[in-house]
Order: sequence, then structure tokens, then C-alpha cells
Amino acid sequence: MRNLTHLERLEAESIHIFREVVAEAENPVMLYSVGKDSSVMLHLARKAFYPSPPPFPMLHVASGWDFQALLEHRDKTVKEYGLELIVAQNEDAEEQGINPFDTGSALYSQAQLTDPLKRALTEHGFDAAFGGGRRDEEKARAKERVFSFRTASHRWDPKNQRPELWNLYNAKKNKAESIRVFPISNWTELDIWQYIALEKIDIVPLYLSQKRPTVERDGMLLVVDDDRFRLEEGEETVERSVRFRTLGCYPLTGATESDATDMSLIIQEMLLATGSEREGRAIDKGQSASMEDKKQEGYF
Amino acid sequence: MSVQDSSFQMDSLIAEDIDAYLDQHQHKSLLRFITCGSVDDGKSTLIGRLLYDSKMIFEDQLAALQSDSAKHGTQGEEIDFALLVDGLAAEREQGITIDVAYRFFTTEKRKFIVADTPGHEQYTRNMVTGASTADLAVILVDARKGVLKQTRRHSYLVHLLGIKHLVLAVNKMDLVDYDQRKFDEIVRDYGEFAKEAGIEDFTAIPISGFKGDNITAAPCSNTPWYHGHALIEHLETVKLANTAAQERSFRMPVQWVNRPNLDFRGFAGLIAGGTVKPGDMVRIVPAGKTSTVKTISTFDGDMDEAVAGQSVTITLADEVDCSRGDVIAAAGDPPEASDQFCSTIVWMDETAMKPGRGYWLKLGSQMVTATVQPPKYEIDVNSLDHLAAKTLELNSIGVAEFSTDRPITFESYEKNRELGGFILIDKFSNATVAAGMIDFSLRRAQNVHWQPTTITRDDHSSLKNQRPRVLWFTGLSGSGKSTIANEVEKQLALMNRHTFLLDGDNVRHGLNKDLGFTETDRIENIRRIGEVSKLMADAGLIVLTAFISPFRAERQMVREMLPDGEFIEVFVDTPLEVAEARDVKGLYKKARDGELKNFTGIDSPYEAPETPEIRVNTVDMTPVEAAEYIISQILPLK
Repeated sequence: MRNLTHLERLEAESIHIFREVVAEAENPVMLYSVGKDSSVMLHLARKAFYPSPPPFPMLHVASGWDFQALLEHRDKTVKEYGLELIVAQNEDAEEQGINPFDTGSALYSQAQLTDPLKRALTEHGFDAAFGGGRRDEEKARAKERVFSFRTASHRWDPKNQRPELWNLYNAKKNKAESIRVFPISNWTELDIWQYIALEKIDIVPLYLSQKRPTVERDGMLLVVDDDRFRLEEGEETVERSVRFRTLGCYPLTGATESDATDMSLIIQEMLLATGSEREGRAIDKGQSASMEDKKQEGYF
Repeated sequence: MSVQDSSFQMDSLIAEDIDAYLDQHQHKSLLRFITCGSVDDGKSTLIGRLLYDSKMIFEDQLAALQSDSAKHGTQGEEIDFALLVDGLAAEREQGITIDVAYRFFTTEKRKFIVADTPGHEQYTRNMVTGASTADLAVILVDARKGVLKQTRRHSYLVHLLGIKHLVLAVNKMDLVDYDQRKFDEIVRDYGEFAKEAGIEDFTAIPISGFKGDNITAAPCSNTPWYHGHALIEHLETVKLANTAAQERSFRMPVQWVNRPNLDFRGFAGLIAGGTVKPGDMVRIVPAGKTSTVKTISTFDGDMDEAVAGQSVTITLADEVDCSRGDVIAAAGDPPEASDQFCSTIVWMDETAMKPGRGYWLKLGSQMVTATVQPPKYEIDVNSLDHLAAKTLELNSIGVAEFSTDRPITFESYEKNRELGGFILIDKFSNATVAAGMIDFSLRRAQNVHWQPTTITRDDHSSLKNQRPRVLWFTGLSGSGKSTIANEVEKQLALMNRHTFLLDGDNVRHGLNKDLGFTETDRIENIRRIGEVSKLMADAGLIVLTAFISPFRAERQMVREMLPDGEFIEVFVDTPLEVAEARDVKGLYKKARDGELKNFTGIDSPYEAPETPEIRVNTVDMTPVEAAEYIISQILPLK
């Protein structure tokens, strides 16, 4: 007899979810953002199907304004584990004049993230997509099911969710419906970090502190990741020791000043932090139920 | 903050020795619990308080909360903790929670997942959902109001779902001046009800979610008369269900067969009971073959032992047949397999239960077609009385017998949640319509065996020099089903084929004369005709049936009774206006005048086939042409 720890129980639950989807869906895919939650998901997927590789491709929605280090990490990981990678991107952004500096955040995320994602899912006919959403992230997510159904136009209807009992998931779907599956629904941010540390999961170095060229703008510290970054009048680039708690498009993602250069220090900083994880994302600001509105439109 | 919050004070360890903190956190166990209470019992406030005290709320969230409190809050200048947990925008405006939300917090000893469910009567299904994964339930009672109808309802439901640990949290003690007599009175009332409901044990704690009394630490100066644990202390020390599960016999439902190459064949699943080691004798249920466990293979290397609650991949020493839906179990004590059982069910869909209709039933990794008998009784969850019922509506609970199209492996819910709990799925809407908890299998299923016959189905059909088939004519009343079917039979007879025509009106004079025209009776009508058609097809005949058969689900049920390709759906697609204008039997007129109830097309729906094998109509074709077309579509006959 042995007492399972909370991480062992979470791991077992996530693996069970991965296997249910592969057994019941016709054409699953994993949304791979290359962030810490995605890295944990990938690790769990590798465990679920070992010694087989995960029997589904990875889909990365690239906005064109991704951190270089993130793309390098993505390509390295895919190669190392022999994964199939699909990259979805709005190729016409430049022509349409869409960029993170001039375009409003709602339109930007719609054009660069939501639309390419929906397009890729429809084009490839994926009927189930694993996502890294966690219930502790945000109030709207706290109520979402592990198996969450989307209409043909990828909308979420929070009022019409199926009851989810025990560990029995109903994966039967109506024509043209698809499922978003959240295997790490019950993990918290602390669980994620702790698991990364315990399992020695390789993550993008952006999460660790290092000297980076930064600009202060609207109360956020932005990292100048490439020469497309437009400096406004009076702004100057300053080298600071910074890291990221969450990764998005580099001109929209705020860094935090930090000396945390290893996993324990990151966790320590997180536990002593006074701001929530999503604070660094410009997209989530605005009215307080805005995540719910975005989900209804199909944002993951 | 007062001294009462001390059990949450971990900041110093985090700041001074993060590795020691992480080591402690890593070894924490997990307790899942559910909170239930009526609308104003202060449930959201309590959860908000737990999150706040355990520092799960950040400054930016607190700032948003403060501005929200001013806008929607009900606590004046104070922070309204309820707003923190009432997630969805719509319900925030109504000031009620309407779904299950999951919250997380941690203390020094344990990590907690809270299922927060609403109190309204109409949301029983959400409570049942939240309770299905919980080890413990916190039942909230407003000290001013005492034990209410809903308190009883919630307690009964969590007891039904098999939750062994119940906490009666008598909340808002601050509003009754921390009066001990008030508390004792509520505990006594609740005790009486608990006994009646079969609840063996519960722990009562006087609290104030708003003020924080007896939440994190006891004793509290406001309740010097209370000597028990604070709520959190109790949650931290309760025994966990997953250790109890390890004491049972080994069971693992097979989720997926892992076959990366010819040398490896692993069976992946989550262990639902007991423990397993290499060398253990196991039995594959329902087939009954035995083998030995060769390895327990994981990403982190082979394991010496795995226990209930772990997801593993097992390899066996022998090449036995085993696939998704099978259960690998201790060879000496396997679970039973049966195709008939009795179960308590909670109906969760707007559309009421349809006795006789086939539903998908999912239990473990098994998916079968199940039909449910009319309920033996419905349970009034307020009085616990047994009521007579013909069906179950949304949020009602009853007991009924089930039969499945093939044997499934299960245990009683009381013995094993994972192998005793199931969901029912509607075959057309795909909605999860019910949750079931199996009570026991029915003896007759174990004693009625199939009698093997010497002259087989194939012998019958080859003697007749034809392939048996069921031509299932469906369409509105007056669409021409009987006329066309009759013509098809005449032409087949001329081709020396052995046929039989089952006609709707004729069958209702004999076999089905006890049935009326309600939805339930119509389903039973079609079920019987399906069974008769199947027997005749077994005898080698080409069967023609002419029934309105308005529901897709029942036509699908008959299709599934027969071997692939033998059920041929013939849709007589005559529009309603045409059928009604003809009105050969004068029935449409009667229905329009209100003399005839439940008439298909008028006040009862007709669900047209989406992809019938054959489609004909009597507008563009004569009956003879339609019959010729149908025969051309089923050639060759042998």
C-alpha cells in the first residue's frame, strides 16, 4: 500500500485523458505553444503512449512575432522526439497591415492567433485538439469541462456543457463539431513548475532570468527580440535581468525583473509574487469576463 | 489577519528555504471535495475565504475583486469573496452560480480540489457531477435557517454518489451570536435525517465564512464551547479513498492496446482497484482467458508494483485476445459479466427517459447499446419515498433494470466506483443524458443461456437459395408504404423468393394489440417488430415491414439487431400535403379535428431517414415502378 502524491494522481489522470481521446477520436492533434504548459503536456503524452511516440501531430500557431528562442526550442524538441509538426500562421499579415504595434489587441489576436488556429483545425479535419488550459488560470476556465465541445465555427457554448462524471468522458460528437480536450485542467501553476523540476523537463530558456535588452512601455517591460521592434520617442533599450512567467508575442508580453536562474528560484519567485500569471499578457486586460468572450469566439 | 490563519503561513519557509518547501509540497496528498448548500448559505463566500487565506489570490485579482465588489457586491464596503468564485459573466449578474466550478488551494499538509456546485433544485445534475469525483462533502447550513429541504436533498445526493466523509458546516454563526444551543439543535435535526437516509457518520463544525471563525484554526474565541477541529484541520486529516481502493482485488479496464512493433504488445489503462506485480495471475474479462503479468512498462522504466489510481501499461506472458473494453483482473477474483442489471439512475437531460429505446452506455472503457425498462420507482429525494413512475424527467432519480446488447463487465457501485458507475448517451443528440450506479446484476441473465441449434442461419438461407434481408419501409401514414411493399412482395414471389410481409395495421390486431400510440408504446411496437423480423431473417426469409416507425433511434435499434447489410431502409418519401390530401383512411381529418391524438406528422414528429439505402416516392412513380426500382437496388438476391 502506498499513498499517491498529488502530482502522481494528476499525472495518472492526464495520461488517462490522453489515451481516451486517442482511443475514441478519429484525428486528434495537440496544440503546442512551446510554453511551459505545452511542455508538460508533451511530456505526459510521451508517457501515456510509451514505448510508442505520441500518435498525433503537434500544431503550433505562430503569430510571426514569436520569440526566436521559442522557435529554436520548438524545432529542437520536435527533432529530438521525432514528432510531426504543423505550423499555422497568417501569411498575409503584412499585406493586411496587421502588426502588434499598430493593430488593436482584439483584432490582432483574432487575425494572428484565433483565425489561423481555426483555419488549420478545419483544413486538416482535426476532430479533437489537446490544449493546455488549466482551471486555476481564470474564472471562465474554472467551469470548463475536460472535453469541451466546439461548434462547426469553433464557438464555445458555456451554458450547454455536457455533465462530466467520474473519469467517464463522452467523446461522441455531432457532425462538424470538434472537441477541445484539456488534459491538465486540474493542475495549478505550482504543480506545473514542480513537475517540470521533478521530471527535469526541458523548457524554453526565456522562463529563466538572463540579461536581455528591454524597453519600458505602458508599465510593462518589453524585450527587444529582433530589429522589427519600433522604439517610440524617448524610449531607449536597457539591459536588464528579466524572465517571463508566460509567453506570447514578444512585443505584447511583459517580462519581470528577476534573478531567478534555476527552477527552485523560479518557483520561489512565483510563490512570493503578488500578481497573477496572466498579468503580463496585454490580451487578457479589459473587461473582467473577457476570457469568456474570447473563448466563445474560439480563442483557445 | 488574525492568529487563526496560522496554518496557511508558509511564506517564511518559501523565502528562507525554497527547496525544503518544495520537498514538503511534493509529498503532499490530494483531497477532492465538494461544497453544497442552498442559495444563500454562503458557499461561495466560504470558498473565496479558503482561497484568500491560502494566498491563492494575487494582488491584481484582489484589485479586480475590489472594483467588482463595489459594482455587484452584496457586502457593502467589505470584500465580497463570493465574486471571486462566481465565474461566468451571466451568472455573476444574476448573483447565483449555475454550473460546476473547480478551485484549487493548498495547505502545508494537503492539496485540495474543490468542486463548487450550485444549490438550486434544478441543478441536481451539476451536484452529481461534482460529487462523482469527490472524497468528501461539505454541506453548508445557514445557522439562522437550520436544516432545509435542500440540505436533505444535497446530503442524500452525496450519499448516493458514495461519499463516505460528510462535514456539516453550520455557517453564519456570527449572525446568531455564536449561540451553542442553536448549533446543537441543528446538529440534532440533521442527525435524525442522516439516520433515516442511511448516512453513517458526519462531522459538524460551527463556522463563519465571512468572519473566518473555525475555518483554519480552532479553538476560536467566539466559540469556546466547541472542542473539535477547524474545517481545514479536518480536511487535512481525513483518510483518502485511493488507499482504500488498493485493498480491493486487482482490476484494470483496458483503454488502448500499445503496439509500436511486433515485439511489444502492451495494455494501457488506469488501475481501478488493487495492486499488480509482474508474475501475478490475471484473467481477461469477459472472455475468461488467464495469463501472467510479464512487465509493468512505463516511460520511467519497468515497475515492481503498481497500485490503484496509477496509469500504466501491462504486458502479458501469453498471446491472449485482449482489447479496449476488456478488463484485466485478479485471476482468482474477477468481476462479473452480465447483460442485465439493476441500477439507480439520475436523469440529466431535458428530454425525459424513453424506456425501450437504445442508448449508448459507457462504463470504464466499454461502450455498448443498452435499453432501460420503465423505472421500478422514482425516489423523492426530499422525503426519500418511493413513487410510481413511467419515466424519469430532468433531475429525477429512480431505480430501473437495464439490458445490454452484449455482456459488460462491472461491479456494484458500492464496491467499486470505477466499475459501477456509468453514463448514458443519446444516440442522436450525443448528449450525456443520465448517470447510473449499478446496484446488482439480475439473476435471470446468468441463468438464461443461448440454446445452440444444429441447423444454422446460413443453412436456412442456402436452402432457400437467397440472402435474408429486412426491407424496412418507413414514411408518413398514407405515403404508400403498404401498397409498395405489397407490390414488391408480389414481384419477389414471381421470382420464386420466400418472403413475408409484416404490416403495421395487421400486427396491431394481434402481437401488439396491448400497445397504444404514446411515444413509449411506439418504441415497444417497433422493438417487437424488430425482434420478429430478426427471427424471420434467421429463418432465411426476405422480410418486408410497413410501419410509420417515426423515430430514427428505433430504426437504428433494429438495424443493429441484424448482421451488416441485411437491414435495408426504404424511405417512402411522400410529402405530408400529398399524404394528407389522399387521406385514404380518413385519419388526417380526424387528427386535424383533434379526435385522434399523437398522429405522426400532425401532433407527433416524423424523423425522416438521413441516409436511407433506398428512397422512393409515390408522386413521380407508380407503385409498380417504385417496386421495380426497389428490387433493382437489392439484386442479386443470392
